[in-house]
Amino acid sequence: MNRLNRRTVLQGAGASAALIAAPGLVRAQAAPVKIGILQPVTGALAQDGEYGRLGAEIALNEINAAGGIKSMGGAALQMVFGDARSSPEGGTAEVERMQAEGVAGIVGGFASPIVLAASQAASRYDIPYVVDVGVSDQIVNRGLKNTFRFGPGFGTVTSTALENLSKLNDAAGKPAKTVVIVHEDGLFGSGMAKLLNERLPQRGFEVMETIAHPTPSRDMSNVALRIRALNPDLVIPSSYYAEFVLLARTMQQQRIRPKGVYAILNGAASNFRFVKEFPDAANLVMDCNHWADPRKPRTAQVRALAEKDGRFWLYNTPLNYSCVKLLADAIERAGSADRAKVTEALANSNFADHIMPYGPTKFVNGQNTGAAPVNTQVQNGDIKVIFPTEFADAKAVFPAA
Amino acid sequence: MLKLDIFLSALANGLMTGAVYALIALGLTLVYGVLHIINFAHGAMLTAAMFAVFICHAWLGIDPYLAVFILTPLFFGLGYAIQRLVISPASHGDDSNILLVTLGLSIIIENGLLMGFRSDTRSIDVPYGFSVIEIGNLFLSTPKVIAFVAAFVVAGLLGLLLVRTDTGKAIRAVAKERTGAALSGIDVEHIYAVTFGIGAACLAIAACLLMPTFLVNPRAGNAFVLVAFTIVVLGGMGSIGGALIGGLIIGVVESLSGLYFGESLGQIGIFLIFILVLLFRPTGLFGAKA
Repeated sequence: MNRLNRRTVLQGAGASAALIAAPGLVRAQAAPVKIGILQPVTGALAQDGEYGRLGAEIALNEINAAGGIKSMGGAALQMVFGDARSSPEGGTAEVERMQAEGVAGIVGGFASPIVLAASQAASRYDIPYVVDVGVSDQIVNRGLKNTFRFGPGFGTVTSTALENLSKLNDAAGKPAKTVVIVHEDGLFGSGMAKLLNERLPQRGFEVMETIAHPTPSRDMSNVALRIRALNPDLVIPSSYYAEFVLLARTMQQQRIRPKGVYAILNGAASNFRFVKEFPDAANLVMDCNHWADPRKPRTAQVRALAEKDGRFWLYNTPLNYSCVKLLADAIERAGSADRAKVTEALANSNFADHIMPYGPTKFVNGQNTGAAPVNTQVQNGDIKVIFPTEFADAKAVFPAA
Repeated sequence: MLKLDIFLSALANGLMTGAVYALIALGLTLVYGVLHIINFAHGAMLTAAMFAVFICHAWLGIDPYLAVFILTPLFFGLGYAIQRLVISPASHGDDSNILLVTLGLSIIIENGLLMGFRSDTRSIDVPYGFSVIEIGNLFLSTPKVIAFVAAFVVAGLLGLLLVRTDTGKAIRAVAKERTGAALSGIDVEHIYAVTFGIGAACLAIAACLLMPTFLVNPRAGNAFVLVAFTIVVLGGMGSIGGALIGGLIIGVVESLSGLYFGESLGQIGIFLIFILVLLFRPTGLFGAKA
């Protein structure tokens, strides 16, 4: 055999040298900590899931670049990604896989039905679960010890939204009296519509009609026609992205111009893609939703990273960025990937290094009590904050017509 | 009670949406009539065509209505090639295999699009996207009126093709009796591929007509396919006229039941028709007796 030439010998020597040097490296590099990131990146909710994953990735890269988990010898965080396939079953299947891979915690879920199922599945293995969006209040009302919601639920969002709506309406001399509610017919939209139907009359608004529609919808013309027939002062839509875009376009086409479109937790009304693509249909649409804190310097940095390759700035990204950092902080303080310890650290956390407009976290029964939404309005191709007044960068334009 | 103009708007809207449904169903019914298979990749191919329209407009600056003349031959070629090079060799002449191959194709196309375009919902903004034709109190969306007319033109041309041309006669011959057609010297494989190509071309036209008012993401086509299946069953498997009438009926039923029972319940109307047709007239409105 003449295989043993100079090159082979050199390679062998190099490999041995690497081996001799390696033990030092191995000792310095602690075993990585696995974190489950669960998002629907295929199916009807894929767009939201994609932007959620983006936020999680930015956070993980940042943490690892800054030296990983210091209390665990600089252990790196390793992402175990799971595609929830836009369904609760998809979510639970991925939780099972994450359990098999030995994750220290899970972040994400996005839609309420996925979050409900996935956090329940995670609770069987005591895996700490940080909810990124999942606004249905059932999520934190089940007494699950492992589930923590960083953002506000729709109860809080609706209260804030109605309070701000009253402020707006009063300041303008009460031009709006009648309301039509448009909502997607899933857990999130229906729950929201029910809540609005209870609370709007208390504030002196008359709900003329509540219109439900499925996701996905091929056509929103009928909804627009009903609105045209009823001619309300206000339209309150709670839908995902594609359906609201269709509705807004059809309303523009059918020349339906209510005094205000006041969205609550809408998938498009505070989405830069919608604003860029249909500036006329989007103009003056208001939304009460999750929104990153423009006062925090890190917000601009994360936004620059998110927009780097032609993507848009959606609330999913800052929320997931913040949730991953919240979980990392808990692991840091627990000094271990042990699930019980991480859960305890989450429950006692007062984490402030996030980019949402909340103070330090304080969890009561799994809900971050400081979490609050922001009111935005599309004004001339930009999304402006109109409430809360502490960091609003524009005055609301109301009534619109 | 709703005012008359709202009812008329919903009716007109149903007819216009139904015409596009019919166009999508045309391809499906033709492929069924000739190849005797349900093309499960129909929805994914529609999505692909919609992305092609999006690319033409966003990257090349070609108007969707001009893109028709580029994409229709392109998709005919693609459809031809898919049948000739993928479906036919992979099925080994067994119909149930064809079914599985088209199902596989749909998964590949959908996920390929997901890989290439991510899951973002995209739409195109054309100058006439918001223009309307006013008839009294009715505002008819111009792109939808164009789609309505175009669907009839396409169905008419397709009918002429089947009746008047040699290829059309060959297609009908293969549909009726494939062995007999082969014995008379018709290249059955070629006719299969031509039929599949026509189906794909219909989708390209439908996509060009849809995009000015609709949007696209990697699953957008699926929303139309279930409706298209219903139309094919309602109109009669393999019937061009049936697909057209069926499409209009489904469009109107969907629109009116959506208006009166709400969007969520409105979908029930479509599937009630589906079940009733299967129960009482399994061959469909215009289907030949089995």
